[in-house]
Amino acid sequence: MSSPTPQPDVIVIGGGLHGCSAALHLSLRGVKVLVLEKDHIGRHASGVNAGGVRQLGRHVAEVPLTVASMALWHGIRDLVDDDCGFESHGQVKVAETEAELATCQARADQLNALGFTHEEVVDQAELRRLVPAIAGHCVGALVSRRDGAAIPYRTTFAFKRRAESLGARFVEGVTVAKIARDGKTWAVETSDGAHHTAPILVNCAGAWADRIAAQLGEPVPLEVIAPMLMITARVPPFIKPVVGATGRTLSFKQFPNGTVLIGGGLLGRAYRDENRTDLDFANVTTNARTVWDLFPVMRSATIVRAWAGIEARMPDDIPVIGPSGTEEGVYHAFGFSAHGFQLGPIVGRITADLITQGRTDLPIEPFRIQRFRRDAVAA
Amino acid sequence: MFQRLPNASGERVSFTIDGRAAEALSGDSVAAALIANGVSACRTTPVSGAPRAPYCMMGVCFDCLVTIDDVGNQQGCLVRVRPGMRVETQNGKREIER
Amino acid sequence: MSDLKPRYDLAVIGAGPAGLAAATLAAQRGLSTVLLDEQRAPGGQIYRAVTQSPVRNPSVLGSDYWHGADLVGPFRDSGADYAPGTTVWSVARSLDIGLSRDGAARVLPARHIILATGAIERPFPIPGWTLPGVMGAGAAQILLKTSGLVASGNVVLAGTGPLLWLLAWQYLRAGARIDVILDTTPRENWRQAMPHMGAFVRSGYVGKGLKLLLEVRRKVKVIGNVTSLAAEGDGRVQTVVFRQGDGAEQRLPADTLLLHHGVIPNINLANATGCAQNWDEAQRCWVPTVDGWGATSVEGVSIAGDGAGIGGALAAEHRGRLAALDALHRLGVLDRDARDRDAAPHREALDKAQRGREFLDTLYRPAKDFRVPTDETIVCRCEEVTAKQVRDAVKLGVSGPNQTKSFLRCGMGPCQGRLCGPTVVEVIADARGVSPAEVGYYRLRPPVKPITLAELASLPKAEDEIAAVLHH
Repeated sequence: MSSPTPQPDVIVIGGGLHGCSAALHLSLRGVKVLVLEKDHIGRHASGVNAGGVRQLGRHVAEVPLTVASMALWHGIRDLVDDDCGFESHGQVKVAETEAELATCQARADQLNALGFTHEEVVDQAELRRLVPAIAGHCVGALVSRRDGAAIPYRTTFAFKRRAESLGARFVEGVTVAKIARDGKTWAVETSDGAHHTAPILVNCAGAWADRIAAQLGEPVPLEVIAPMLMITARVPPFIKPVVGATGRTLSFKQFPNGTVLIGGGLLGRAYRDENRTDLDFANVTTNARTVWDLFPVMRSATIVRAWAGIEARMPDDIPVIGPSGTEEGVYHAFGFSAHGFQLGPIVGRITADLITQGRTDLPIEPFRIQRFRRDAVAA
Repeated sequence: MFQRLPNASGERVSFTIDGRAAEALSGDSVAAALIANGVSACRTTPVSGAPRAPYCMMGVCFDCLVTIDDVGNQQGCLVRVRPGMRVETQNGKREIER
Repeated sequence: MSDLKPRYDLAVIGAGPAGLAAATLAAQRGLSTVLLDEQRAPGGQIYRAVTQSPVRNPSVLGSDYWHGADLVGPFRDSGADYAPGTTVWSVARSLDIGLSRDGAARVLPARHIILATGAIERPFPIPGWTLPGVMGAGAAQILLKTSGLVASGNVVLAGTGPLLWLLAWQYLRAGARIDVILDTTPRENWRQAMPHMGAFVRSGYVGKGLKLLLEVRRKVKVIGNVTSLAAEGDGRVQTVVFRQGDGAEQRLPADTLLLHHGVIPNINLANATGCAQNWDEAQRCWVPTVDGWGATSVEGVSIAGDGAGIGGALAAEHRGRLAALDALHRLGVLDRDARDRDAAPHREALDKAQRGREFLDTLYRPAKDFRVPTDETIVCRCEEVTAKQVRDAVKLGVSGPNQTKSFLRCGMGPCQGRLCGPTVVEVIADARGVSPAEVGYYRLRPPVKPITLAELASLPKAEDEIAAVLHH
């Protein structure tokens, strides 16, 4: 059985935010895109993450990308015809001790030296003003004021719909069975027996991306993880910014509807072949205790639900972005290591740049896949 | 509107609803006690502010959420009424301080 | 919770007929057994308050109800531990049970777990069903059993199924008044149920059931072939609006509207544990997939009673005993032959108790219009999401309940989809023109009931801390 519609220019494997963003940016440039998704759009990490839109505290290599992505977030409606629930009330990384505050200051100094000014240290009084409910012992914070949060599934779905309206095609519920090359054409066989061909492949397969990469002869050390989140019943608004901690794992924010999301990357167990995650209540408890300590007001709050999404983590905690090291006409964007949501808008643009112009003006050298070659790792 | 069968047996329990004195039978859940006292709605929803009353009486629907002795969001149908208990109907989003 | 042991051979969750029978048999055979139950007294919903009902006249609730006391006595003597007022919010594949009681939480390990979580009333979404004064017929029955409370003023019962008629009968016995019963049983169900009539006639229910039906019909006005229903009122129900067949809209004054169209398995805990489930076309609901002993796809977790598919209270107790015998076998107490031998009488009794079930399932299957509601009807009571919103999402390409949940918050409230899941599945399936089997159900996660941050924070964190708590 062959594909009934005209051959696409690009096949994107994976319908998470990064796959949908690549599809959108390519479609904006008139490129015909086919997205293959094994479950449904935004099924895993893209649909169920904490929704943090955060520049704060990122790996230095990601800073130019995160700053460029933030500009896109502040105009997200222009990009996808939906505000994605994006609200910008800043992100705050709380310091509980003077030593932690010194760490924050060193970080701000480091970024300043590199020419970035979006992170600043605030004192206890300003922290109180930003987060009145914070526990009394907190001494200050690192703050990124243009940061915020959005609604993950709505965002991913908005990228998909906009791409679709521009001509991109999405096939959901099919897995990639086999990838083969015929001259300059890639042939992708899917689990429903269909064959799809295109000159260019994009690997946005998230926690399954290593399997695609391995088929292309470039295995990567990808770890499958399941960061956990929990959410409370609705309570009256009491906090605007997203709050994290310097010395502990936490992401804490209140949605406009009053529910409070508690996460930060503590892990459950992921079973990617079963599409399943198990919560680890020891880790949930750690998270609950952190909130107990930092937000005394939350102690009687009711936890309504908890969940975990499956995603990929690379050994160096930064993603793989850029062309394949072994095959022409293949590009990767995966391994966002539990912080890919904010980067979604820009990485799709970078991939589109690489495909349509052969280059991008953002520094992606640190994310090349070749860094995991055995000889590269040894060196 | 519900009424007690005339021959229903049980000990009388005094408690309060929104500060007003009320009486129940010792086997009553808080939700049943509210119904027995003619309370037509035990809360308003945090979404639209619509009034709600107990619907399932078996811990499933969460429409009987009330504040009991200062602890909010309690399923009234799963808590047995006790002498001196302070039950408050719950409007909209519950303050987390209580 | 210091009255509980650090660990048990067998934990049974739910103290209805299945749970009581399972725990009793297991403890009698020497397993260290605990029965965990959310209610304050044994009996589940069917035998709710059977040890302490204020309704002491036995003819009001009927002899089938008082049979529940026959299960409680042996349970009390069995040596099983009993933890009432205990909410189980997690059952992990490791067979660790997360539970809360009186504001404190703990993790309780067991070697085998039997879920006996029973049934819930099938959601009955009609316009206005969220108004105060509208409640489940099962809820009204609970108020009668536990508190001797009956609806007063203008009382309307509406729907279909044995429980609706049983409640009417009990109300009449109690001297309560019913204005009218609006019977929504679809006409064509009678024709479809006829082939199953033979088994039903042999079942022993038929005499009792007919007598009850006739007594109710003699004393209460019954309007049949009701094809639409709505509740209206300012702040509470005041009027019931309905149609008979294709007829004109009719209106009735109502202070209380009691709705019922059958019961479905309470699957949230099994689902969150990861037990495989399947769509049951006959009972029109999702049920956990179990074998003849109630064993699920999760090693060490079984389900007994209505939680594994509706079979009724008598069947539930036999299913409980079969699950307990299988637990004894799996824990090395009984070999296979002994298990099978001991199971024989219970299997025979179960077959007898289940006779006629197809007839009831077919006759009382709710009409599509009551399973797939009109646009303006609220389907998710917690987040106040309407059927139209779900349909609109499907039009945008949102294809399953987990996606509509992410998209609309439908099913995200504290009831965790119990009151909307079945409806959302039906609405999506209908809008897409596919079977609910293809649409799927919510993926649920613990906690299956809300717990406070304080309870979570009080849980022992690391393995050694858990060990310290469990063994001190």
